[in-house]
Amino acid sequence: MRFAILPTLLTALSLWAASLLAFEAEAQRRFGPLEAETVLKVLSTTDTALLAPLLEDFLATHPQTALDYYELGSADLMQAVITDASGFDIAISSAMDLQVKLANDGYTLRHRSNLTQAMPGWANWRDHVFGFSQEPATVILSPRAFEGLELPRRRQDLITLLRRHPERFSGRIGTYDAAASGLGYLFATQDARTSDGFWRMMEIFGSLDLRLYCCSGTMIEDVARGDLALAYNVLGSYAEARSDLSGQVLILEPQDYTNMMLRSAVILRDTAEPGLAGELVDHLLEAAWSPEGNPAYPFHRYPVRNGAESAPYRPIQMGPGLMVYLDRLKRQRFLREWHSAVEQD
Amino acid sequence: MTDQPTPDARLRSSGSLRRRLALQLVGSAAVLASLLFFAVLGFTRDVSQRSHDSILLASATSLMDSVTIEEGQVTLDIPYAALSMLGNISDDRVFYRVTLDDSTLTGYGDLPEAPAGARLEEPGYWTGSYRGAGLRSVTLRRRMSLDSGAAGIAITVAQTREGQQAELAALTRSALALGGGFFAIAALLALWTAQSSIRPLQVLTGVVSRRGPKDLRPVQRAVPSEMLPLVHSLNRFIERLRVSLTRSEEFIAEAAHRVRTPLATVRTQAEITLRRVEKPENRNSLREMIRAIDESSRAAGQLLDHAMVTFRTDSLERKPVDLQALAEELVGRLRPVAELKDIALVLEAGSVPPVPGDAILIQNALRNILDNAIKYAPPDSEVAISVTMDQSAVTIAVTDEAGGFPEAEKNALTERFVRGSNAAGTIGSGLGLTIAREVAEAHGGRLVLSTSSTGAGACVSLSFPLS
Ligand SMILES: Nc1ncnc2c1ncn2[C@@H]1O[C@H](COP(=O)(O)OP(=O)(O)OP(=O)(O)O)[C@@H](O)[C@H]1O
Ligand SMILES: [Mg+2]
Repeated sequence: MRFAILPTLLTALSLWAASLLAFEAEAQRRFGPLEAETVLKVLSTTDTALLAPLLEDFLATHPQTALDYYELGSADLMQAVITDASGFDIAISSAMDLQVKLANDGYTLRHRSNLTQAMPGWANWRDHVFGFSQEPATVILSPRAFEGLELPRRRQDLITLLRRHPERFSGRIGTYDAAASGLGYLFATQDARTSDGFWRMMEIFGSLDLRLYCCSGTMIEDVARGDLALAYNVLGSYAEARSDLSGQVLILEPQDYTNMMLRSAVILRDTAEPGLAGELVDHLLEAAWSPEGNPAYPFHRYPVRNGAESAPYRPIQMGPGLMVYLDRLKRQRFLREWHSAVEQD
Repeated sequence: MTDQPTPDARLRSSGSLRRRLALQLVGSAAVLASLLFFAVLGFTRDVSQRSHDSILLASATSLMDSVTIEEGQVTLDIPYAALSMLGNISDDRVFYRVTLDDSTLTGYGDLPEAPAGARLEEPGYWTGSYRGAGLRSVTLRRRMSLDSGAAGIAITVAQTREGQQAELAALTRSALALGGGFFAIAALLALWTAQSSIRPLQVLTGVVSRRGPKDLRPVQRAVPSEMLPLVHSLNRFIERLRVSLTRSEEFIAEAAHRVRTPLATVRTQAEITLRRVEKPENRNSLREMIRAIDESSRAAGQLLDHAMVTFRTDSLERKPVDLQALAEELVGRLRPVAELKDIALVLEAGSVPPVPGDAILIQNALRNILDNAIKYAPPDSEVAISVTMDQSAVTIAVTDEAGGFPEAEKNALTERFVRGSNAAGTIGSGLGLTIAREVAEAHGGRLVLSTSSTGAGACVSLSFPLS
């Protein structure tokens, strides 16, 4: 009797647990057959549509496998992993700092393969966090707003333009709200770390009625519509993905330096399918770093830097340093400073 | 005698000196190598631990430096480098915690603090485990004065030890290789040392065991000072042996000499008496008496000769001896004796180069051999003496027709006092061939007893090396 009851009980329990998910997924989609033998549950901050071809490519070679893809914000993702680590197999996130913290705090599983060994060392932290894209923090420009002006190439050019033509740009500058967007916060802190000019630029932005956005989508659309003359620190990959807006936005990779965000994947500690999860991660890494690449790979493949070149691209360094800005006091202090720079009334 | 000393069954070995030496040296090499291993390991571990600690401390210090008091509140602004510097030494996980009077300001609230050092300002270190991983941590403590009074701030920075452990494993491997290499070299040197330190012993053994049986000269070879007492005692022992041998030879010679003279007198008297006595039984007993006297004086004479040979071979003089002339002279002297038995002595001697030696001894040896030939040969026979040479030696061969040596006894005949079964009825002492052999051997030559080519008698040859 007891044995008959147990499975029923377990099913009931898992249903109950599923209904109690600690987050609300923005979107959820099943890839692969409904009746699959194994199902990998993937938490991701990446637009489902963006990764879909690559995931389907993976499933083509794994017929008995399905993927449950949950799309959600980076903070929610972190929260989901910490409170409900057992439910999921892989987390894919653009929030490098949070991914590193997950690995540092022991929520992830080590994975080693030929691909993890062949990939660039700076994109792999402890064989736990695997970067599989390089996406620049760019400035999106509205070509109409810059009519008659020389297009800026570096941050200094931009500052000079804003100083000369405050009337033209006032109220037409946008950037992420660092307090609301994890990615915005990451880019802002990396800027502050890299350049002394950052705070000055924020003050100028602030003096020109900076508009803050939670998400890249609306920001890019506002630029395309001409409501914004420029949006600062927008992910170039998102802008490029909006092929519908091509010609209405210009993507500027600042020549002084361009921070490169690494989208990364981690295998979660309590996964029941470490082997399969590893294969999926390897699939992403192969598309990103192997010489052959993969036509389904949605991101631009930048040349892999070997340090000596003076290219402006700077991949954000994975490692414990990223956790500094996650510190409660540090974050409070940084946001306080940032707000006082961008909000000048 | 062979070169190798035959091991004496009664002599027990107390083990090999070389092996014992080698074992001790190899043993001490092993001890030293393991000492070296542990010393190097301890030292490098210490250095590695200290360098890790110093980076942890640098991190904690930079955190401490960022502590400020704002509006009466303690706060801190963690520098980016404080944590990223830890990422530069290894890919290990990093934890930190800042507490103010035991309440966590920021960081990991459950991270254990390292116990305080001897003084408050001294950093405390701790090795333990946290979140399932081995950890090394440092805690820095300061007192701060706030508006609300004094408060204690403690900053803990910790890192997991995977990188350090990998480094320690590599260090252990190199320390092991170092110790092993040291041991291998030391062991080789130990074996070599053991071998070379017993070499003088082997040399001495060789020198002593290669000696001829009569060689009683002291050992002159240079030996290590530790062996001097042994060689000294050995030499004293040899000297005592030589002295006592000489003394007994002298005693025998003296005794023989003292016996011979009165015997001669007794024999003369007995012969005179024989001529006077007529009764056959008296004459017979007198003849018996004379024969016994002859026997005794022959023995005395041979004993004397033997003693003389022994004495002269002791320190053999080596002057060129012309064996052809020597043989001619001796054959000439013995011819009258041989003619008494109608024995013809035939000498065939070409000219030969001189051999180094003692003419008196060689003459004595040859005389004994000729003596035998004449004594044991039937009357009216021939004794042939030849002197020949080959590349290395001159050989004097005496061939008779006396029926040869009894084959079964041949080997023993050159021993002292041994006489053959064919010697019954002839006067003799059994020393003649002994003398001949000893003389030959003293000169480095040989005495060979064989059967003559015709088979009618014996062929005795004496050979002497040319140099
Ligand atoms: N030419 C020979 N022919 C046959 N037998 C011999 C001959 N020479 C020696 N022998 C045998 O060898 C023995 C030993 O000889 P050796 O000369 O030593 O002693 P010996 O002649 O008996 O006594 P002495 O000491 O008086 O010579 C003899 O007793 C004899 O038996
Ligand atoms: Mg004789």
